[in-house]
Amino acid sequence: MTQKEALFQYCLRLGDNALILGHRLSEWCSRAPFIEEDLALTNMSLDMIGRAQALLKYAAEVEGSGKTEDDLAYRRPEPKYFNHLITEQPNGDFAHTIARQLYISTFEYYFYSDLEKSKDKTLAAIASKAIKEVKYHLQHAADWTIRLGDGTEESRNRMQKAISDLWMWSGELFEMDEVENSLLKDGIAVDLIPIKALWSNHIKQVLTEATLNMPEEDYMQTGSRKGIHTENLGHILSEMQYLQRAYPDAKW
Amino acid sequence: MVTQQVDTQQVFDWISDIPDPEIPVISIKDLGMLRQVEFDNNNYVVTITPTYTACPAMKMIEDEILGKLHQHNIDNVKVKLTYEPAWTTDWLTEEAKLKMKNYGIAPPQHSSCSKLFSTAETVVCPRCNSKHTEMISRFGSTACKSLYKCVDCKEPFEHFKCH
Ligand SMILES: [Zn+2]
Repeated sequence: MTQKEALFQYCLRLGDNALILGHRLSEWCSRAPFIEEDLALTNMSLDMIGRAQALLKYAAEVEGSGKTEDDLAYRRPEPKYFNHLITEQPNGDFAHTIARQLYISTFEYYFYSDLEKSKDKTLAAIASKAIKEVKYHLQHAADWTIRLGDGTEESRNRMQKAISDLWMWSGELFEMDEVENSLLKDGIAVDLIPIKALWSNHIKQVLTEATLNMPEEDYMQTGSRKGIHTENLGHILSEMQYLQRAYPDAKW
Repeated sequence: MVTQQVDTQQVFDWISDIPDPEIPVISIKDLGMLRQVEFDNNNYVVTITPTYTACPAMKMIEDEILGKLHQHNIDNVKVKLTYEPAWTTDWLTEEAKLKMKNYGIAPPQHSSCSKLFSTAETVVCPRCNSKHTEMISRFGSTACKSLYKCVDCKEPFEHFKCH
């Protein structure tokens, strides 16, 4: 694998994470518990899609085959997507969406804080933009986790169930393969080993405040690095790519 | 061959009063979104930076720039979007913050106030200047604003987030 191929793959992964989670969050539009929450979830969705656009645009530039960010977003089949499996998990009830946000936003907070120091100037610039938005996402997720966990018996049970249900998807966030390792050597990628410790600490801190239990170390799901997904991604893509598939090159 | 008809500073001045589509009392220059104008390869290259990665106003601002310069018979224009250095509310001039406040939006303080888990900053009511305000939601009508209400005068208002 050349450095160029590794960088392309790295940008795709980051772009896909943002794109798929952005799409998932957009599904809350008009369905949130109340109007401010509707605005919050769709605002975060918009942040994600903006980040996906910047990252996939850069991925296309790195690849250098004349594709655009739209080609990458709308013309790839499922096995060519590399988003973490947790991002494609269904919204579930509100507690599941919040648990997913807590796991991912905490990860992104530490990840993008570090990527800001990347030797790749474009990635560093996108990271310094993203980190400001991620802080809001993380505070939002932490606030809700605490409010629901330390709330009624019903809200606590649901929040605990969501935290436990999504746990098995969290391990994949810290997987490193030859893409990361070769870029890490050049000071471009983020080392995920120290991020994992920071992540665990912060999650534990929030869960403790929320009077919730931290799940035990357990079997972790994996696959996205190889393009292996849960059945959920196919459904997302069939909706997201519908227009470009039905009317190729449609512009508006 | 197109030559440089006018000074880049002149071009900068012509487009500097284009209003921000969301907060029309503030110009793109006041906001710090308009970074620079250069002449390169027979084109005026206008560099702008988004306030937020997904700022939907960018396309509109680009069209405004092209339209404005077209009025001055300048059509060899390229609008370049840059993410670096990342935009920060620190670039807002004091004058811009005052205009924002008079428009009814509480201006941001300084960027360090967005530190994670810091105690919430005090947001002053743009209507009655009371510091007795409450956050309704971190997210508002656009990506750059959050929702507040004033406990004293009861006015609901928006706060331009610190970034
Ligand atoms: Zn007031």
